Amino acid sequence: MSKPSPDDRRYSREHEWAKDNGDGTITMGITDYAQEMLTDVVFVELPETGKKVKQMQVVAVVESVKSVSDVYSPVSGEVTEVNRILEERPEIVNQDAFGEGWLCRIRMDDPKELDSLMSSSRYEEFIKDLKH
Amino acid sequence: MNYVPHTAEDRKHMMETIGIGSLEELFKDIPKKFRLKRALKLPPPLSEQETLNLMQELASKNRIPAATLRGAGAYHHFIPAVVGHVISRSEFYTAYTPYQAEISQGILQAIYEYQSMVAGLTGMQVANASMYDGASALAEAAVLAAKTLGKSRIVMVRSVHPEYRQVVRTYSWANGYEVVETPFTGSGGLDRGALLDSVDDKTAAVLVQSPNFFGVIEDLAAVERDVHAKGAWLVAGFTEAVSLGLLKPGGEAGADIVAGEGQSFGNPLNFGGPYLGIFAATGKLLRKIPGRLAGATVDREGRRGFVLTLQTREQHIRREKATSNICSNEALCALAAGVYLASIGKNLRKLAWLNVQKAQYLRKKLSGLPGWGPAFSGPVFNEFAVRCPDPAAANARLERHGIVGGYEAGRHYPELSDVLIFCATEMVSKERMDRAAGILGKG
Amino acid sequence: MELIFEKSRPGRSGAGIPESDVPAVPVEQCIDPKLLREDVDLPEVAEIDLVRHYTALSRRNFGVDAGFYPLGSCTMKYNPKVNEDAARLPGFTALHPYAPESFSQGSMRLMYELRRHLSEIFGMGDFALQPAAGAHGELTGVMVIKRHFEKKRERRTKILIPDAAHGTNPASGALCGFETVTVRTSADGGVDIGHLCELMTEETAGLMLTNPNTLGLFERNIEKVASVLHGKGGLLYCDGANANAFLGITRPGSLGFDLIQLNLHKTFSTPHGCGGPGSGPLGVARELVPYLPVPRVVKERTRYRWEYDAPDSVGRVRSFYGNFNVMVKALAYIRSLGPEGLRWTSEAAVLNANYVKAKLAPWYDLPYNRTCMHECVFSGTRQVRESGVHTSDIAKRLLDYGYHPPTIYFPLIVPEAIMIEPNETESRETLDAFCEAMISIAREAKEEPERVKSAPLTTPVRRMDEVKAAREPDVRWNPAGRGGRR
Repeated sequence: MSKPSPDDRRYSREHEWAKDNGDGTITMGITDYAQEMLTDVVFVELPETGKKVKQMQVVAVVESVKSVSDVYSPVSGEVTEVNRILEERPEIVNQDAFGEGWLCRIRMDDPKELDSLMSSSRYEEFIKDLKH
Repeated sequence: MNYVPHTAEDRKHMMETIGIGSLEELFKDIPKKFRLKRALKLPPPLSEQETLNLMQELASKNRIPAATLRGAGAYHHFIPAVVGHVISRSEFYTAYTPYQAEISQGILQAIYEYQSMVAGLTGMQVANASMYDGASALAEAAVLAAKTLGKSRIVMVRSVHPEYRQVVRTYSWANGYEVVETPFTGSGGLDRGALLDSVDDKTAAVLVQSPNFFGVIEDLAAVERDVHAKGAWLVAGFTEAVSLGLLKPGGEAGADIVAGEGQSFGNPLNFGGPYLGIFAATGKLLRKIPGRLAGATVDREGRRGFVLTLQTREQHIRREKATSNICSNEALCALAAGVYLASIGKNLRKLAWLNVQKAQYLRKKLSGLPGWGPAFSGPVFNEFAVRCPDPAAANARLERHGIVGGYEAGRHYPELSDVLIFCATEMVSKERMDRAAGILGKG
Repeated sequence: MELIFEKSRPGRSGAGIPESDVPAVPVEQCIDPKLLREDVDLPEVAEIDLVRHYTALSRRNFGVDAGFYPLGSCTMKYNPKVNEDAARLPGFTALHPYAPESFSQGSMRLMYELRRHLSEIFGMGDFALQPAAGAHGELTGVMVIKRHFEKKRERRTKILIPDAAHGTNPASGALCGFETVTVRTSADGGVDIGHLCELMTEETAGLMLTNPNTLGLFERNIEKVASVLHGKGGLLYCDGANANAFLGITRPGSLGFDLIQLNLHKTFSTPHGCGGPGSGPLGVARELVPYLPVPRVVKERTRYRWEYDAPDSVGRVRSFYGNFNVMVKALAYIRSLGPEGLRWTSEAAVLNANYVKAKLAPWYDLPYNRTCMHECVFSGTRQVRESGVHTSDIAKRLLDYGYHPPTIYFPLIVPEAIMIEPNETESRETLDAFCEAMISIAREAKEEPERVKSAPLTTPVRRMDEVKAAREPDVRWNPAGRGGRR
């Protein structure tokens, strides 16, 4: 069973979460459901800071032993910080996808984009449907 | 001859189990009109004895040279008997790719050892389990550079093996890259100024071969800093792997990738294949290099063991996003190379030294012939280029005595139409070289 | 087991080097010392250590000679020994690729005849022997497609690939600059024709179709598929990985395929040597022959010579002429079998696969239950549902029974896939014993699932920690003190 999705953030259909930091930036990562589907994460390819991304463009890549998954940016903007610890310890994504396993911070071009993402309850419904 | 063990009784029993009355029913999904209604037009079957006779007859139509004084990408070296004996073990040669690690520890460990030897010899941090051959390894290096850096221009020196350059051009054309070739100088080595002028900010990789096609040893360290300053990768190619025993490898000169031909390590000439593409790179490219990689890990009980690892780089997982489509490698050739290197060990240096000695002798001999002389002034390993009055006639004379002479450079370099590129390995005795020089001297 | 490096002792050596018979020249005199290296880091072992080391390694490896190898899509048939002997004849092995034509007539004739025989067996205009492996032949094939449209001055940017395809197909397409577009598989296991019609446009260069496909099923609608492709000017490419199913029964050329790559190491029984060398000849229809790689052997009366002149060729894909020694084995195989033998090879391969399918059908789910060709694809979903045993567990358990497992988790469209290719060289008794093992494992999965999940129990090592291998890559021996890890 995956951990419940916290209601302090928004979710994409590609299983990313975005948490508004209140200073024009968001922190993003993949959901617990996503890490569970991936199984043991063995490598995370993070973007360079300063990279400009559009909403739902590939921003990072997460690998398990037998799969590779693109991670899409939930918003448009500029990458301001990445979670370097994951380069040495990718397993943190499995252990704490909603917390210590965050991938990067992005300065938003347009905070309204967050509205196009799902709330935690809608996301929970969404993954419940996927399981059937 | 056929290798199907079924008796008529087996066939009947199996058809009953399946629930069919004739073999034809098994092929009902093939529309009738497309089924072949005649026998294939092939010669009739042969017994084992006849098959071997036929193959012996074909082999006898070849002429085994009394001496091969030609290299140009394929080298005649001695192969210790152990190499053939090890790779003839059917546990190795009749196995598939080691996807099931538990019953493939033998080849996985052998590949790990091969990777370690190759990484050490090339001066790089990592090496893969092998590629098809030196030319395609060099082309894959160029593609990897372009894809990783997001650039589309490849610069290579004209003294890279002509067929390697053709392969790089083919792969580059397919990927939509531009290829620029830069000249060599009177020394036979690369023209540093012209090379660096060609490297712009769109350039992904600079490909240099050392020893180059003329046998001349290139000074990679002299261009490394400038190539990197322009944001491109330096790819060090080679065709004669034995040179790694004596010469400073690409890795020590700061190359990002070393890619070349490993045939010299325990693989026969075999009329051009199978050979062995060597591919080694810096540690930062570990998760990007093409081909298979064996890695060490532990089993459930904590014992050391080996697996194919980092498979997410490969096409069967990454599919259209993979940087290479390679699947098969040349595992048995890599095994041969590993056994060869383990057998020869640190004597590789002495072997390389001996090759230099032989080449120096032959070069001096040939250069002393009337009208003959060295074509280039640069230092050489076991190949060298000489000018002579009539290359074709010289080779024809040698051929009459069963000797394969130098490579005619004019085939690929119009300005070198009077140049032959000779090679002398440990396999040619002084007596044979004297004889070859004698034959040429009489002309 | 110790590594060869760990067995190394300073001063020991295997092969010696002959004394020089020419006057010595100091190396530093001819080569600038700054171009010379100091040492080579290679093991130092005596010949007996070496032989025991590799013999011990070989005993930790499993080949076809050791036992049944039903690895789907890999065609691990028996490799006749006479072919090995033929390939080792000194007349073949000792020849330099740039030896003069007058020295090479036997090898050139061999290549010429192999090409002719392959053209007849597959109904193609000609074959190029240069590609070194199946995936290499495939890449060359897509290059030919690209050249074809360049010559016609048609801009086509897409290539179609079924969802059941091998990963090499999309990778080959992408490496030639094509956008790969996925075609769905229909409920009966063939190409979804409606979807194909929808996707096939004048911007599409072609379709790369494996036939029989990776479900082991023949594409029943092949005529329709070909007409959809050709109707829009596209080319139909056959991935010949599964050619063992139809030798002498049908020919891709007649089915409407314009190109096909073969895997000589599969269909024509040249052993795969733990993952290579292979050989991947590319066959094409007559109108595409000018685009094949150069050089090729041509016959002039009784002489053979190299032809380099082909201005429209895609160029070279590797040095020299391809994996010649593999071609020797393939020709020996074709000549041994002859036309009837080749046909019986495919008939028996298909018979064996359907026999295994019939025997295992009560025990494992069959997502596409049709007459199969040379291989059959089961799904382990029933076992997952009933006892939590996965296909990977079943595969590992088979190791304890002495078998190489089938291909698993491929094709990707079948959950928990188990892809079995028994091959024609296996006897009824071998198949019966294998099916018994599979049935026994199905029972174990129900009764003692933990036993299956903890397999293998009898192999030299147990299940490997692949996560550790990928998280902390260790891909070379690197003792402490000789530089850092990696």
